[in-house]
Amino acid sequence: MRALTWHGKHDVRVETVDDPEILNPRDAIIRITSTAICGSDLHLYDGYIPTMQVGDILGHEFMGEVVETGPGSTLEKGQRVVVPFTIACGSCYHCGKHQYSACDNGNPADNQDIAQFLYGQPMSGLFGYSHMTGGYAGGQAEYVRVPFSDVGPIVVPDGLEDEQVLFLSDILPTGWQAAEYAQIEPGDTVAVWGCGPVGLFAVQSALLMGAERVIAIDHFPHRLELARRFGAETINFEKSDTYEALMEMTGGIGPDACIDAVGLEAHGFFLDNVIDQIKASTFLGTDRIHSIRQAIIACRKGGRVSMPAVYGGLVDKFPLGAFMEKGLTLRTGQTHVQHYMPALLNAIVEGKIDTTFLISHRLPLEQAAEGYKMFHGHQNEVTKVVLKPGMAAAA
Amino acid sequence: MPDTRDDIRDDAPLTTAKHGDALDEAKAALVEDRGDSLVGRSVTINRPRAELYAFWRDFARLPAFMENVERVDMLDERTSHWVVKAPGGRTVEWDAVITEDRPGELIAWASTEGADVPNSGRIDFRDAGERGTVVTATILYDPPAGLLGKLIARMFQREPAIQARRDLRRFKQLMETGEIATAARNRRELEEEEEG
Ligand SMILES: NC(=O)c1ccc[n+]([C@@H]2O[C@H](COP(=O)([O-])OP(=O)(O)OC[C@H]3O[C@@H](n4cnc5c(N)ncnc54)[C@H](O)[C@@H]3O)[C@@H](O)[C@H]2O)c1
Ligand SMILES: [Zn+2]
Ligand SMILES: [Zn+2]
Repeated sequence: MRALTWHGKHDVRVETVDDPEILNPRDAIIRITSTAICGSDLHLYDGYIPTMQVGDILGHEFMGEVVETGPGSTLEKGQRVVVPFTIACGSCYHCGKHQYSACDNGNPADNQDIAQFLYGQPMSGLFGYSHMTGGYAGGQAEYVRVPFSDVGPIVVPDGLEDEQVLFLSDILPTGWQAAEYAQIEPGDTVAVWGCGPVGLFAVQSALLMGAERVIAIDHFPHRLELARRFGAETINFEKSDTYEALMEMTGGIGPDACIDAVGLEAHGFFLDNVIDQIKASTFLGTDRIHSIRQAIIACRKGGRVSMPAVYGGLVDKFPLGAFMEKGLTLRTGQTHVQHYMPALLNAIVEGKIDTTFLISHRLPLEQAAEGYKMFHGHQNEVTKVVLKPGMAAAA
Repeated sequence: MPDTRDDIRDDAPLTTAKHGDALDEAKAALVEDRGDSLVGRSVTINRPRAELYAFWRDFARLPAFMENVERVDMLDERTSHWVVKAPGGRTVEWDAVITEDRPGELIAWASTEGADVPNSGRIDFRDAGERGTVVTATILYDPPAGLLGKLIARMFQREPAIQARRDLRRFKQLMETGEIATAARNRRELEEEEEG
């Protein structure tokens, strides 16, 4: 089959690789019909996530048709399914509590050592996201092997297009969980850093959860415009001082809840960000944490900080004092996708959540490398790239 | 008068001790002991302890999750013959006798005279309420060919402490999910992994 493989920083290629096969009873093989490039993939593309190996197949946002099932799978050939990016067993203690991204068994035993060493305990497996989270082949390919197919994938009802439901695999639940973790109360003002896919879904979710005002922050005009379409007010951090603007917009109080949907590659010429960047490039530190710093400083006393953004390693100048003195709460984590899928699918069917607005580009899988380059280099216009294995290449 | 002696035992498991008499204490917990290196690991498994005990007690099934164990033959109710992979494509072998057996609670064993790798140990199964069962493996062994053997073993990632942790994770996966997680893409890769 054809698949997008990782070869190093800014080097991804579509290559011919061996087809996947059923290996465990609960496996299924899916023929991919649509798969997206995620902001998280850019962290791999930029070489920020350790334990990648040459030849790894990327992609954790995908859906398709069931073509083969193991004896323990509950899926049937021909069904259309969306697959959660978290690989969870459904039967361990954490899965029992719907903490799917903390599943004990989704990550192969040997790979768990890496995360256990770095983080104290290993997390669930993830598709196409380094060997620390399992080393599983991802879905930017023609076919993929899906473990625990009896508990993960959700069957898509007839009449829904791929593009309506594809984002159930990650970014929609991620934006939703981010808003849920902000513990929104009536009357709240919620500030969202980053108007990428995750931030934009967090904006939509926060409003649906009853936030009175949502203030979205970015520097790309087109992305800010999308946030405004859902009813958010906006701050362009290149044009205005984010902290000052937030304080003034909230009558000197600060936002009740702050959501960091930027992640470890914050943009912008801020002193702390520049220092982080130098440290990252000289391996003195790994993550650029400008946005979470700013979220903590801006957040009102006793407020809540929610951090869907991904960080991988050690950070410097984390404002622990502000965090403590103001009595803030921080909630974060990889998304428990399986937990949110059924209700969010319903919301899509009922027309309460719009997902298709996000897609700016559709490309054949063969042009995936170009898709990465575009998503990386032109974030203003390129809001989401969907790859289609079956699509004919543009002339 | 406050107790100021510094030799008071804390409550941490013996296998985590930085110094002291952990080895002697571990030996004292065995009917029969063999080996002077101590490793131990606990894992919590979301299944009842009777079920976990029953699976383990049938030693012939252990190679399903013990990566290095090629084969275990039951010679009689209490005696088993072990064939274990060693560096350089070799195998090491020994006979082991069950020295204590409390259904649902504990299995202890010791290798017999002439073992390639003298070893002994115990597997404890303890109730953990709604979390299931805590399974603790405590193993004493003499590394093959002394220090050199240990270094070679480490090179091959067969260092017993790491191996024990991985084997227990695989046991947990098998008991909780009915299968052992793998990231292999196909049977060829899976076989390579298993041989690796
Ligand atoms: N927790 C999870 O399970 C999960 C799932 C998916 C994605 N993520 C993470 O969420 C984050 C966002 O993902 P995405 O797909 O939306 O990425 P993205 O790269 O498309 O969007 C990030 C946005 O943040 C903006 N930004 C950069 N610096 C900023 C700053 N200083 N202030 C305000 N905005 C700034 C960028 O301009 C961009 O629009 C990433 O870190 C991603 O890895 C987490
Ligand atoms: Zn994603
Ligand atoms: Zn689980």
